[in-house]
Amino acid sequence: MISIRALMQPHRIVMMAVLLAVVIWCAVALRWDWIPEYAPLALEGLWRTIWILVVTCVLGFLLAIPLGLAQAIGPWYLSAPAGVFCTVIRGTPLLLQIWLLYYGLGSLFPQIPWIRGSELWPYLRQAWPYAVLALTLSYAGYEGEVMRGAFSSVNKGQLEAANAFGMPRFTMFRRIWLPQAIRNVLPTLGGETILQLKATPLVATITVVELYAVSSRVRSDTFIVYEPLILLAVFYMIIAGIIALMFRRFENRVPG
Amino acid sequence: MGGADALKKKPMGATEAARDANADNAAENEAIRVTDLHKSFGALEVLKGVSLTAQKGDVVAIIGGSGSGKSTFLRCINFLETPSTGQIIVNGEEILMRQDGSPVDCRQIERIRTRLGMVFQAFNLWTHRTLLENVIEVPVYVLKVPRDEAIKRARVLLERVGLGDKADTFPAFLSGGQQQRAAIARALAVEPSVMLFDEPTSALDPELVGEVLTVIRDLAAEGRTMLLVTHEMKFAREVATHVVYLFEGRIEEQGPPEQLFGNPQSARLQQFLQTVG
Repeated sequence: MISIRALMQPHRIVMMAVLLAVVIWCAVALRWDWIPEYAPLALEGLWRTIWILVVTCVLGFLLAIPLGLAQAIGPWYLSAPAGVFCTVIRGTPLLLQIWLLYYGLGSLFPQIPWIRGSELWPYLRQAWPYAVLALTLSYAGYEGEVMRGAFSSVNKGQLEAANAFGMPRFTMFRRIWLPQAIRNVLPTLGGETILQLKATPLVATITVVELYAVSSRVRSDTFIVYEPLILLAVFYMIIAGIIALMFRRFENRVPG
Repeated sequence: MGGADALKKKPMGATEAARDANADNAAENEAIRVTDLHKSFGALEVLKGVSLTAQKGDVVAIIGGSGSGKSTFLRCINFLETPSTGQIIVNGEEILMRQDGSPVDCRQIERIRTRLGMVFQAFNLWTHRTLLENVIEVPVYVLKVPRDEAIKRARVLLERVGLGDKADTFPAFLSGGQQQRAAIARALAVEPSVMLFDEPTSALDPELVGEVLTVIRDLAAEGRTMLLVTHEMKFAREVATHVVYLFEGRIEEQGPPEQLFGNPQSARLQQFLQTVG
């Protein structure tokens, strides 16, 4: 906890006064009367942003583990495709990937009768599956590269100790190698997750109504430009702050 | 005819059986038998045919200069290094090897490794787990001992090596000597038939060596079978029942400690003892 006395330094008092003045000015001088009308939509958008973030990060990370492992110790026929995948994903704009999947696959699928007739079609005709797929692959591509380094960086003595006690390979991977690899890159993963959060507005371009899309809606409906954007920035900062706090708690649980 | 044959065979069969029984007894008392072990790293031949037998309760100290192959020899026994050729028998069970020395059956290697408690020069405690978790890791996740029982035994072991109050501490917060004692507790937790010590005090500050040697000395006193690669000559002389001096991948001289240290025969050993003594 920051002590009261530390906050009472002159420069801090000035900074807090400035912040307070900005907040008060925003509250008084800007228009916020649109909020009640759009609050339900904004909550829906917030929820959609959060679940897209969580789902794509979890799925992307689960993909990143084999991608990293293949590159770290895999034979060439596994490591080469994994390397190509990570390079392509990291070397092309995410917006392009989203559009290629949505406009590419999304317009290819309706031409294939058995896909149109399948039970998945009601989902595949919506936009969000393509958004989730694109963001998952993107996260997997970046984290696959991170995990490659993470697996290689685990101290050989740690694995040797597991070997020396007759630990089977999978047990060693699950109990020693993977936890240590993740522990080593937790700070990186935290940063990448925040980057992923800030990449989610791109899916608004394929009609997924998440938090950013709501602010666009407000702007086009009411011609109020700055207020929704300011509120949007505050929302993203709060979510980013929560992510950072969560990762810090994980990090503090185990000393590095 | 048939009866005579049977008569002839009977006594032979009996003596054979007796001989087998003797062999069995001998084998039963044998903890480790290594025969003609070779190991090359590329063109460099590190072990040039080392044979060694340790009976149960033996404390075998392996000494030698750096590069003599003593660590490699120890690491070949539990296949942390794959030997090039040779034969290794642990508790009467021969490790099945292919022509190139690679193991035939990884399961067998895993099984044999669980009976060999290894202590490393660099401790190699798992840094993401507390001392208690380190000690119960192998019993619970490899040997499938019930967790409660493993924890109970682990606390006794940590108490024994003087770390009873550090059970919930992570290795990073401990001194080298404490870490090495915890590593010994971890090795003891698998109830090993043979303990392998790979220069257990070489990475320690001089003032921390004593506490680790005290623990090892206690283990030797209770009759544990141990193979000990060490640079601590005084300690080797004190605890070992048998000392092996390796020089350039071969056993140059071996015998009881009094003889090896008191009256070394080979000129190389004499010189070695002078330089380290």
